[in-house]
Amino acid sequence: MIRNDIDITPELIAEHGLKPDEYQRILDLIGREPTFTELGIFSAMWNEHCSYKSSKKWLRTLPTKGPRVIQGPGENAGVVDIDDGDVIVFKMESHNHPSFISPYEGAATGVGGILRDVFTMGARPVAAMNALRFGAPENERTRHIVSGVVEGIGGYGNCFGVPTIGGEVNFDARYNANCLVNAFAAGLAKADGIFLSEAKGVGLPIVYLGSKTGRDGIHGATMASAEFDDDSEEKRPTVQIGDPFSEKLLLEACLELMASGAVIAIQDMGAAGLTCSAVEMGAKGNLGVRLDLDKVPCREDGMSAYEMMLSESQERMLMVLKPEMEAEASAIFRKWDLDFAVVGETTDDLRFRVFRHNDLMADLPIKELGDEAPEYDRPWVPSKPQTELKASDVPAPASLGDTLVAMLGLPDMCSRRWVWEQYDNLVQGNTLAGPGGDAAVIRVNDKGKGLAFSLDVTPRYCEADPVEGGKQAVAECWRNITAVGAEPLAATDNLNFGNPEKPEIMGQFVGCIQGIGEACLALDMPIVSGNVSLYNETNGQAILPTPAIGGVGLLPDVFTRAGKAIQTEGETLILIGARKGHLGQSIYVRDIVKKPAGTPPPVDLQVERRNGDFVRSLIRGGRVSAVHDISDGGLLVAVAEMTISGDIGATITPDPGLPLHAWAFGEDQACYVLSVPTGQVDSLISDADKANVPAKVIGKTGGRDLTVEGEAPISLERLSNAHEGWLPQFMAAPETH
Amino acid sequence: MKSAVIVFPGSNRERDMLYALEKTTGHKAIAVWHQETSLPEVDLIVLPGGFSFGDYLRTGAIAGLSPIMSAVKEKAAQGVRVLGVCNGFQILAETGLLPGILLRNAHLKFVCKEVKLEVASAASDFTSRYTRGQIIRCPVAHHDGNYFADDATLEQLEAEDRIAFRYTAETNPNGSIRNIAGILNEKRNVLGMMPHPENLIEPAQGGTDGRGIFESVLEAIA
Repeated sequence: MIRNDIDITPELIAEHGLKPDEYQRILDLIGREPTFTELGIFSAMWNEHCSYKSSKKWLRTLPTKGPRVIQGPGENAGVVDIDDGDVIVFKMESHNHPSFISPYEGAATGVGGILRDVFTMGARPVAAMNALRFGAPENERTRHIVSGVVEGIGGYGNCFGVPTIGGEVNFDARYNANCLVNAFAAGLAKADGIFLSEAKGVGLPIVYLGSKTGRDGIHGATMASAEFDDDSEEKRPTVQIGDPFSEKLLLEACLELMASGAVIAIQDMGAAGLTCSAVEMGAKGNLGVRLDLDKVPCREDGMSAYEMMLSESQERMLMVLKPEMEAEASAIFRKWDLDFAVVGETTDDLRFRVFRHNDLMADLPIKELGDEAPEYDRPWVPSKPQTELKASDVPAPASLGDTLVAMLGLPDMCSRRWVWEQYDNLVQGNTLAGPGGDAAVIRVNDKGKGLAFSLDVTPRYCEADPVEGGKQAVAECWRNITAVGAEPLAATDNLNFGNPEKPEIMGQFVGCIQGIGEACLALDMPIVSGNVSLYNETNGQAILPTPAIGGVGLLPDVFTRAGKAIQTEGETLILIGARKGHLGQSIYVRDIVKKPAGTPPPVDLQVERRNGDFVRSLIRGGRVSAVHDISDGGLLVAVAEMTISGDIGATITPDPGLPLHAWAFGEDQACYVLSVPTGQVDSLISDADKANVPAKVIGKTGGRDLTVEGEAPISLERLSNAHEGWLPQFMAAPETH
Repeated sequence: MKSAVIVFPGSNRERDMLYALEKTTGHKAIAVWHQETSLPEVDLIVLPGGFSFGDYLRTGAIAGLSPIMSAVKEKAAQGVRVLGVCNGFQILAETGLLPGILLRNAHLKFVCKEVKLEVASAASDFTSRYTRGQIIRCPVAHHDGNYFADDATLEQLEAEDRIAFRYTAETNPNGSIRNIAGILNEKRNVLGMMPHPENLIEPAQGGTDGRGIFESVLEAIA
């Protein structure tokens, strides 16, 4: 066992990810040299992942309040009112660094961590999603990482029993050495049944629950706060090992215990394990905490205080219990075959004291551990503005139809069926619209209330213009939720960026936050929880700025909603929204012309709201039979997706006012395509006029082809084969690594 | 109608099953913890889907040794109807209440999708509301659903009309031999099936093709 009084050398300090001035801050705070265990505790509390030291200043600018927000950022997850005394509890969190090192375990424990965040608050998880970004398909590691990550997500979520109902998958060379795994989970609870981490009462037992503590994941959070280099493979021991079976037992045991009334406060052990959870419970409640590590259930003998305080073993919880109910609580955990041990107590002296073999291993001021963590106003420079790309400067395709077929089969555009069929998206029996639509829908009860979920961001837009890209991420999420007929309520964010110590990266972060904030405010979609993942960089190469937005919407009646699949032949297709044929930063210029350039499509938040509110009112009035928003790939791709999903063809007429390729593939925002019973077209257009919403007929449904007037018809079979073919073929190829 | 749903540590479709039983039969089912040693008088015992004991040793292997399983075997021998879905089927195969085994899916991946089932036998308390040869929709969600048995067993199953459901050839999701999706025991009171009829019982879920199983049992006890 490593001694607690070893020399604290500059090398040791650096290995703990602490800068010299941060170490000086520790010395000033405690007035002496820290012990080895204390150094570990500081490194756990003050790393980027736990302290948000580079991002805090900017996160404060995000709108986090609203009439439906019951709990905003700062707890394990956000809580939002969905009427009738029901609440939805949700959050998204990254597990990027571990997933790159060990794809299966990294992704699996990412799912486990976010599910725990949700049920720690007293909510039963009812939906999971994930936003995944992988390297270029031709990169030799990509297939291995995709395979492991997808299997890991399924392996954990399927066994736990939560439906995985949506998400995103992108491929880009900028993620070659830093994949992104952002896991979202949502749970249902009653408004009066929410549990928080704030400890209350002096001298109360602190109870350890769940799995035993092992040596896995030690320093995981510190790793997640550093750049990678060529030796990252050697960091494998810092990745945690997940056990979804234990987590399922922990869920049932925790909910049973909460229902018994024994729980005063609860905190899951996530990043930095026992350290973070104990400090948070005490600090929030203005209480000290005393831990006796000899009582902690351990997986192996001879673990030191340092190792126990930094272990990130999974499926563990810390609770403050009503002392008179200890026996009852212990019986519940025995029933579920889980460890239950009183490992400490709350005190009134605001100290965080840790004992091992009756020796005091750490004695630190508990409030300052969190409150006095360094906070930086990092220097930043705004991203260089791009020049607008005119459609006339973008080559038109030789064949519109062949280009459409090629686009539907692009790595970033093709069907993700290969992924989602490995996820149990039906368990619990409430999935009404699973993966593949604009937003996924579950029902909340059998009285018709439902929820819609979507995860969105377009990283290439964020890089070209962080402010517009940030706005677009929120707008697209809002639009996807709207496109199924739901009212967007609130969102969680997962902000993935490179090294914030570089002013240009910090500039991306600042810009994206500004855009996200503006859009959340204009669209009334406050941010109620989230996570920041920085240092997604390898050998100096950063990922694309990727602020993923996870939104939740409410459907009062799940039977009046819409999907993107065309339902009936002979209906009229209507375009909602003004189209300018914006090709800058489009899929067309990036992947077909292969010369990405220009500004991303601008987002007019007032127009976004006006058009979206109108579309939602149509869906709720039962006046449309299919709805799809226009996003990656533009109008023609949107219509093609509607025909493929519904297995019914369509004929559409180009806009003579736009160059054909700009009309087909421009990625204008705030636009939707509707399929409408033909008899209702006139009244719909007239209502759109009254609402000042651009609406026009663009075509008809029917037949077995997609036909653009003046062009050769393309068979549905050809579209569908292109769309469904790429991912299974790519994944079936032999591994080269 | 009285029914009991056995809950093992790691079961995860027990709530789906309790809900489906109540919705389709009009009677609340009871949940029975795996450590119980006896069962009340019921018309139907259900072993639900999930990952009992994490499926860590072999699917269904540890659950098969749970205290409650002695009572389930006893009831089955007395003729009480037993339905095992997904992990429940794996447990029934593991305990010998049904012949054969469920191997890892042929493509080695978890699969969740809708398949088409052919009702291969309508002659049972679980399938009488369907007609022989009828094609129904049903979702699957499993990692180990690849049914296998030796030739003699398969011939016997065929000869005795004990194959209840087959996947249509083009929708077999796991490589099951002879497209077998569900089988009956000799006395026809035990049915094991990999697909999840409990997830397709209401229009909101996209269809009601799964109701027939529960309605058949209801009809049988009437």
